Amino acid sequence: MVLELADVRKSFGAVQALRSGSLRVEAGSIHALIGENGAGKSTLVKIVAGVHRRDGGTFRFRGDDVDFGSTADSKGSGIAVIYQEPTLFPDLSVTENVFMGRMPLGAGRRVDRAAMHTEVEGLFQRLGVHIDPRRPARGLSIADQQIIEIAKAISLDAALLVMDEPTAALSGVEVDRLFAVARSLRDEGRALVFISHRFDEVFDLCDTVTVMRDGAYIGTHQIAETTVPALVAEMVGREVADLFPKTEAAIGDVVLSVEGLTSAGVFRDVSFDVRAGEIVALAGLVGAGRSEIARAVFGIDRYDRGTVRLDGANVRPGRPTVAIRAGMAFVPEDRRQQGLVVDSSVAHNVAGVIRTRLSRLGLISTAAENKAVRPWASRLEVKTNALDMPATTMSGGNQQKVVIAKWLATEPRLLIIDEPTRGIDVGTKSEVHRLLSELAGQGLAVLMISSELPEVLGMADRVLVVCEGRITAELDRSEATPETVMAAATGTTPDRIHLEHDTEMVQEVTA
Amino acid sequence: MSTLEKTPSAGPGSAPRRGPDLAKVTGDLLRSRELAVLVVLLLLVVVATVKSDGFLSGDSWRDLLLTPSILLLLAAGQMLVIITRNVDLSVGSTLGITAYAAGDLMSSGSSPWVAALGAVALGALLGAVNGVIIAFGRVPALVITLGTMLAFRGILLHWAGSDRVNAGEMDPGFLDLGTAQVLTIPVLTIISLVVVVAVGYYLRTSRGGRELYAIGSDPDAAALFGLPIRRRVLGAFIASGALAGLAGVFWATRYGGVSSNAGEGIELQAVAAAVIGGVAIFGGSGSVWGAAIGAFLLVTIDRVLPILGVPDFYQQAVVGALIIGAIVLDRVLASRAERRLAVEREVAP
Amino acid sequence: MSTPTIDRAVDERTYASYARPLLWRLVATREFAVFALLAIVYVYARGSIVGFDGPLTIYFLFLESAPIMLLALPMTLIIITGEIDLSVASTMALTGAMLGIAYTKWDLPFLAAVGVAIVVGLLCGLVNGFLVAYLKLPSLAVTVGTLALFRGLAEGFLGTESISGFPERWTDLLKDRIGGDSSYPLFVIPLAVLAIAFGVLLHFTTFGRGVYEIGLNDEAARFTGVDIARTKLILFMLAGGVAALAGIYQSLYTVARGDSAVNLELQVIAAVLLGGVSIFGGRGSLPGVLAGVLLIAVINSAMRLDGVRGEVTEIVIGCLLVASVIAPTLLTWISGLVPGRVPRPAAPPSVGTTPEPPASGGSSLKS
Repeated sequence: MVLELADVRKSFGAVQALRSGSLRVEAGSIHALIGENGAGKSTLVKIVAGVHRRDGGTFRFRGDDVDFGSTADSKGSGIAVIYQEPTLFPDLSVTENVFMGRMPLGAGRRVDRAAMHTEVEGLFQRLGVHIDPRRPARGLSIADQQIIEIAKAISLDAALLVMDEPTAALSGVEVDRLFAVARSLRDEGRALVFISHRFDEVFDLCDTVTVMRDGAYIGTHQIAETTVPALVAEMVGREVADLFPKTEAAIGDVVLSVEGLTSAGVFRDVSFDVRAGEIVALAGLVGAGRSEIARAVFGIDRYDRGTVRLDGANVRPGRPTVAIRAGMAFVPEDRRQQGLVVDSSVAHNVAGVIRTRLSRLGLISTAAENKAVRPWASRLEVKTNALDMPATTMSGGNQQKVVIAKWLATEPRLLIIDEPTRGIDVGTKSEVHRLLSELAGQGLAVLMISSELPEVLGMADRVLVVCEGRITAELDRSEATPETVMAAATGTTPDRIHLEHDTEMVQEVTA
Repeated sequence: MSTLEKTPSAGPGSAPRRGPDLAKVTGDLLRSRELAVLVVLLLLVVVATVKSDGFLSGDSWRDLLLTPSILLLLAAGQMLVIITRNVDLSVGSTLGITAYAAGDLMSSGSSPWVAALGAVALGALLGAVNGVIIAFGRVPALVITLGTMLAFRGILLHWAGSDRVNAGEMDPGFLDLGTAQVLTIPVLTIISLVVVVAVGYYLRTSRGGRELYAIGSDPDAAALFGLPIRRRVLGAFIASGALAGLAGVFWATRYGGVSSNAGEGIELQAVAAAVIGGVAIFGGSGSVWGAAIGAFLLVTIDRVLPILGVPDFYQQAVVGALIIGAIVLDRVLASRAERRLAVEREVAP
Repeated sequence: MSTPTIDRAVDERTYASYARPLLWRLVATREFAVFALLAIVYVYARGSIVGFDGPLTIYFLFLESAPIMLLALPMTLIIITGEIDLSVASTMALTGAMLGIAYTKWDLPFLAAVGVAIVVGLLCGLVNGFLVAYLKLPSLAVTVGTLALFRGLAEGFLGTESISGFPERWTDLLKDRIGGDSSYPLFVIPLAVLAIAFGVLLHFTTFGRGVYEIGLNDEAARFTGVDIARTKLILFMLAGGVAALAGIYQSLYTVARGDSAVNLELQVIAAVLLGGVSIFGGRGSLPGVLAGVLLIAVINSAMRLDGVRGEVTEIVIGCLLVASVIAPTLLTWISGLVPGRVPRPAAPPSVGTTPEPPASGGSSLKS
């Protein structure tokens, strides 16, 4: 047993990211770790990597109890981690990136460039890629950056290699190469942990699989002894029943109309409508371009071609102020970075967008802001001691309520909401779902982006599936099932994913 | 980039390249900032030579090479600090203190060697003050070195008062060094160039040098890699201080006297030299060669402007225009490269 | 436009406006510390420095430090957005030079010359603002550049010349006192008006709210619909315009010279930071900055009267600046040393807290 984690716990402030994480990985095996976003996989990986320290639980590596205080500690013990986001130094060469922090020294304590280049070329040959080791890392594609991360991990000669969604940005050929390397590492007796959202990859590559849900361990199975529906059921669990399914609402006129939206290298030819009273979900894998489409619609990013119309009138691109004035609201995916000014008070955050309306002769007072904020805070049941408390002190669910309050205060025509319930507790989750349903019932048009399948299936009137920057499927509520959405999101045909229609979960979802 | 080959097994020519080939080297050179600034510098010299006969002979030639020696040292030190995503505004004051210290030591009878070493050590100590506060207090270098700039200058004024060290109080051999030449090249300039080469060699070939770039390139990633960030940043500030100390020694021998306003305002020139030479103000990229050529350019402009008929009062204005031109150019090139990459990505899959 | 509202029974939860009582909110701030320090230094100076309570002390204190007070106003807002403007003193010299040239060389009426100077100041701010806000260049590098550019133009236009001989009506007005014989110069009135205007702009307008948001988190500000580029452009232009006022003031008070106000920008920034504005942006207030400016002015004049030469003041100000920045870090560090306050949870008993680093350094593969 190379890695043994049992009942590991970790909290960040008020948020418990990991309630009870367990994982046992044997030498000479590839172990899949699966679960929905927010299930606690990344937190578990970061504890293994030494980025975070656990609050409690057992952590054994190669039979020894360990407690890594830094990434250097875990690296030194023989653990290599490849993160979702490559961490490269853009100004240094490819070779230097592979060896940073442990460059071999030659004569006269000089960095031995020749030796490094030779080794990197060897690594790249093994990976079957052609990247000039001397070029700077700046400007490399995400796929190439990922390859360099993998080369770095291999060169560390680690006993345990953890890969957090390494294939998200890779093309088919590159994925095959990566898998070949992973298998050869396994055959050398190393242990690999592979995190992925793609079932075909999990079944293709891995020997065992561990499922996590809501920060806790659910189960471990031999790949040969399990099936996709069984795993999906474990990932989703009873959560579906807890969801507040969308109530039927009268669908009105088209509010948002997007036509031929294209941004070079990000998404292309995206066209869809959202009607009053309707919740439309953008589904797909992380990195497929869903958030980018939403950002372009709201004017955060510019786009190359296409039109965005709200209530029939063109919305000028690249200007969030224009989009807001036209009646759009946008609850972004990254709450702490984009949704809120976390160091600012609750009152300033909630009044953030409407303050122009609150000002008299250009002057604004705290009293006026507080007066406008109170009804919204109480309608959303925001829990705070006082309105001047900074948003940093609040839990994720409460912060999300503040963001939603801030946008509802603008009385929008269209609400774009990106990952509405990411990282918030189950109770608040269902509150948010009920709220969205109510808002749609009152004639608001909602465009929702979500990586959680039950949320998509439970809430959406229509599902648009995005795959590699294009809308690959448009599914009605009746057509949308886990298998049809997954198939469109991964670009495979539905029959490759053998989901059984009569599983209990699917019935609940589509009911 | 033409060197990025994404299609495997595209024939015999697709093996990873061993040596840099000629076309690539030429292309890189044409795109390199160092070369561009060098060309501007040489053009200036050529124009000045055409306009004024004596520009490249005798004292004029000597001054052309001698005057930049002080700024060269400061620019090299500043460059070390800037690549770590910091800045050192206190070097002008450090130069003043160390120049005065060197003169004071000599006027009280110490040998020139002791005076010079003392000045460099004092500079390193002052650099260490900055470095310790910035690296261990995790506070912005701009503010701290602004504070120590005022404080160091104040200490010098307090110490020197209206007093100044005159040429008569210094060792005659030391003063001769200021104008000594080897093969018509001033000794001070030779020492400065040796320092620049040493800094360049360190940055290129040592772990520490490469880690300085990494720290400035992405501080968060550097922490994730477990690089000794504090030690490296502290080292950069000590080096910057020590080089300012050496520059102080040069100041004393070059001008044959030190008053308490020595080196006032020169810190911004050092920053300007680095920026013009292509050192990114937010760290991670640039070379000491660029900073050195930038320093030469700044000082040469000062001398060439009057020859071109521009009153030398406008020198600062030209420097300012150059700085702005340099950073605008960087931004334009970067955004063009970004757009090209986006298009490549679009075509690739 | 239909307005979706939620009809759910509204929870009658009431939200307090403030978490802490008024007194606590006033006292437990950085600004209060600066005010307290100012009061202490002032009282000490009046009590023990001969001549500090004289009639001319306050008068000259204001006349001498008026440019810093002026420049500190827009600088506060710029630093709160997370940017910096090093070119203000050069702008001041350039506008002073333009005033002199327009009045003496072009023979414009004095007020027209003032207009020319202000337009030049606004243009200087426009250049900075355009490069920073629209080309998104780092303000530190941009304003180091324009610092040299504007100074070079001022020196180029004037050479070694210094221009004086502005209308006496105006130079006298500058030196008049409020009520004829109080110790406050008349100039304090427009200064106060401007300070209040900037205070209102920062603390009581939607523009000011945006300034703070940009400094705290510019990405979130953009998602909230704050026009970041426009805000920054306006701020840099305000800085240029106020620098022109300072340049006009300085020319009338002394003379117009190409090398006036050299290095003044650093003193201005020192005063702003001392007043509690964070160099990272997002924190600080205008009253605090005014206290910081006055603190420096009082220390200056007290030390001069005490016979201490000006250089010691520089040491004191430099050290105050460093101390004001490292104080928060130092406090956290000290509180981290106190046992029991470390927010690190104890490890469960079953787990050894010391990792066992394998001697092989990770090179062994077989487990």
